[in-house]
Amino acid sequence: MTMGLSVYLLIAAALFSLGVYGAVSKRGAVQVLMSLEMMSVAVNLNLIAFSRYITPEKMTGQFFTAFQMVVSAAEIGLGLALVVAIVRAARTAEVDRLSELKG
Amino acid sequence: MSDMFVTVSTVALGIVVLGSAVMMLASRNVVHAAYWLLALSLGAAGLFAVLQATYLALVQLLVYAGAVAILNIFTIMITLRRREDAVREREFSVPAAALALVFFGVVAYAVSQGVPAAAPVPQTFPGIAEFGAMLFSVDGWALPFEIASLVLTAALVAAVWWSREEEAR
Repeated sequence: MTMGLSVYLLIAAALFSLGVYGAVSKRGAVQVLMSLEMMSVAVNLNLIAFSRYITPEKMTGQFFTAFQMVVSAAEIGLGLALVVAIVRAARTAEVDRLSELKG
Repeated sequence: MSDMFVTVSTVALGIVVLGSAVMMLASRNVVHAAYWLLALSLGAAGLFAVLQATYLALVQLLVYAGAVAILNIFTIMITLRRREDAVREREFSVPAAALALVFFGVVAYAVSQGVPAAAPVPQTFPGIAEFGAMLFSVDGWALPFEIASLVLTAALVAAVWWSREEEAR
């Protein structure tokens, strides 16, 4: 038995679904960000699997993944800095208690 | 790599990745969740290596299992005042679970309808040297690479600006 493309796609889909669940259901801001990170790992896994099976010589998916990693690293860094700023201003990191736009 | 090795390691790493994802969502302690995310990143790096993406496996280890995991733990330490705050109530949301299940069902159905046919497997997969040469060649990916460095610089400056003390602004 050999591993095909669909096995990796299914692993990535399950990982992304778990990330969706966490991002929607968690109340702590840091946990929401960690779930987003999980989703970005799933996307990277998809891109790399496609690259391995569809364009093994040109590595297109691998370059896409490299740039996606840059974007998601920026997102995580900004998100965590925002959490720190929110905790300073509102004294809480619970997303459902942050209901006021003007602090 | 032999087919047998690829099969065994894919199954094992898939279990590691999905298992730590579930444990991350199920753990009540935020610090434990951060460590499960670290385990998830390590498993994903292994999967990348199995898929012949050596460079990206190393980046995953350095950036996600290294820098981002530390950043997560630091933010948890800064935002929580007492040790007891790290332990949270058990949260389970039926609508969120339904949304995730529906999403997985749609994607699994799409995958079961057939995936693009695999290209013929090359004799040797391109390694880190070929990846670097294509990344920095002008008719390759050099321009997106420079733009990516701009994005990272802007994000770095903004993160410092946001997390400064209010009086220092």
